Amino acid sequence: MDFSFTEEQREIFAAVQEICAEELKPKADEIDRRGEYPWDNIKLLAELDLFGIPVPPEYGGLGLGFIEWAVVGELLSAACTTTGAVYGAHMLAEYPIMVFGTDEQKQKHLAPLARGEKIGAFGLTEPNAGSDAGAVQTRAELRGDEYILNGSKVFITNGGDAEIYVIIANVAPEMGTRGLTAFIVEKGTEGFSFGKDEEKMAYSALSNRELIFQDARVPQANLLGRERRGFRVAMATLSVGRIGMAIGAVGLAQAAYDAAVAYAPTREQFGQPISEFQAIQFMLADMATGIEAARWLTYSAAWRKDQDLDYEKQAAMAKVFASEMCVDVCNKAVQIHGGYGYSKDYAVERYYREAKLFDIVEGTSQIQRLVIANRLLKEAKSQ
Amino acid sequence: MNIIVCIKQVPDTADVRIDPETNTLIREGVPSIINPFDENAIEAALQLKEQHGGQVTVITMGPPQAEGALRQALAMGCDEAILISDRACAGSDTLATSYILSQAIRKIGDYDLIICGKQAFDGDTAQVGPGIAEHLGIPQATYAVDVEVEEQTIHVRRLLAGRFETIEMKLPALLTADKHMNDPRHAGLRGVMQARKKEIPIWSIEEIEADPERCGLLGSPTTVIEIFPPQRSRQSQRLEGDPHEVASQLFAKLRENQIV
Repeated sequence: MDFSFTEEQREIFAAVQEICAEELKPKADEIDRRGEYPWDNIKLLAELDLFGIPVPPEYGGLGLGFIEWAVVGELLSAACTTTGAVYGAHMLAEYPIMVFGTDEQKQKHLAPLARGEKIGAFGLTEPNAGSDAGAVQTRAELRGDEYILNGSKVFITNGGDAEIYVIIANVAPEMGTRGLTAFIVEKGTEGFSFGKDEEKMAYSALSNRELIFQDARVPQANLLGRERRGFRVAMATLSVGRIGMAIGAVGLAQAAYDAAVAYAPTREQFGQPISEFQAIQFMLADMATGIEAARWLTYSAAWRKDQDLDYEKQAAMAKVFASEMCVDVCNKAVQIHGGYGYSKDYAVERYYREAKLFDIVEGTSQIQRLVIANRLLKEAKSQ
Repeated sequence: MNIIVCIKQVPDTADVRIDPETNTLIREGVPSIINPFDENAIEAALQLKEQHGGQVTVITMGPPQAEGALRQALAMGCDEAILISDRACAGSDTLATSYILSQAIRKIGDYDLIICGKQAFDGDTAQVGPGIAEHLGIPQATYAVDVEVEEQTIHVRRLLAGRFETIEMKLPALLTADKHMNDPRHAGLRGVMQARKKEIPIWSIEEIEADPERCGLLGSPTTVIEIFPPQRSRQSQRLEGDPHEVASQLFAKLRENQIV
């Protein structure tokens, strides 16, 4: 058992911390106010090789692990949650191509994603298919050497700004989840367009657009994995995504805690700093404890993934625990700031709005509990 | 073109604290960084390399832990790094330091340009760069903000008090970089990983054929008598009221203090 990072890891994280402190954090409020997709930050992340951390070097990546990917995600999320979300969603296109793609697909699509030359997105959610992935109605039909896609996806992070999409469609709707099939769809494909960009409670700078497929012509070469194996592709992608979401929540919670613990000693009421009051101290103690627990739970899931151990249960546990912790920590951070915490002059106001996303996206907290319970009961039965 | 960049590892703080008992800088608990002006020097070297090809070698004189600063420079994109580390270097003033660095540069031999930061963040002397040029007998241009290299000639724009000056020198030459010269790049992850794999040779004063009498305390005519943080004598005063009134109050104050 060893809870320390290697020297290489520490140097990598220090390099990321430097850009977080100098470049990302100072601009985070402005990005949220302006509501424009953070291309400057994305360009910077690409220059610093942050988009291909676990991708093998032969496909433009660094060949590191998901631990490194996760810790970098935590740092990014703490500095600028929007940029962290772009980074996390990008992996949802990279990962399935990395695992299920052919060598040709990896050369063509994974390498530019890993180098950050192109941004990726993953399209599973539909108006009537969120938690219930089997209800996907986007249809794919093979005609000649092309698949014709019809249907739409909603809330797709990086949608419209991304150039490479991994899309889950159904080739046999009567078979439910067993008809699901994954495709790589490039921006600019005939019949593929973008609809509404969702206006959300937070993340005004993050694109979450509708993807529209009207007789979209996807080359057969872009079939990802095999036909009718799309559910597996989707579930594998979501498992990695859960680590990403969990660590994003840890990063955001850390930022909220840092703001609260810096503010409390500076605010005086009843003749003393509010940090002298136990009511405030207990909140800070609970916040820091929750962050620490969520962080190590998430690291353990990422570590298991890197060790090729089963990690789905830990990833789901990390996702639900970190998300709910993050909502709670951001709530307390606002509370410690009092009236000022409700003002847009303080970042905790934004953190509070941003936190709620984690509870919902990529499998709600309720779905995570279902995933966990299913695994627990299966494990109990097999013993 | 082959470029040598001289850097210094300094404590990461503009707010230098001094131990009143020993008159030395308190370095405990303060992380070390590359002197910020030296980052401008590195960036300038990397940009020139991108334009003209060649190799960038970064050197520093310091204790073994100064290797960290060299690794950072390698991560930014420098090709080679050399650490000059020897007990005999301890206590070197700017004269001894510039002599030691110039000896190391002689050993490297093949160079067209040397770039230093304009001064160190901790000592602020701005003497080591010019000292190196003098020891080597090559032309120098301090406070550079812009450079252009044509064949064996370098054009340097210098930022002086209230004016710019453009000068031309023959290579090999030495520059000291001003912070307005460029915006130093951040080290990427690939750079960090590659830097870790590079060997950093450690040269002793014997290896650079430096005269021990001219190194360290022995070679340093400067004696530090006292070291103290600057006294903050600046006082501010806020004038309030309607703009006309404030303007005449301000004018009265300026006249009172014989500023106008």
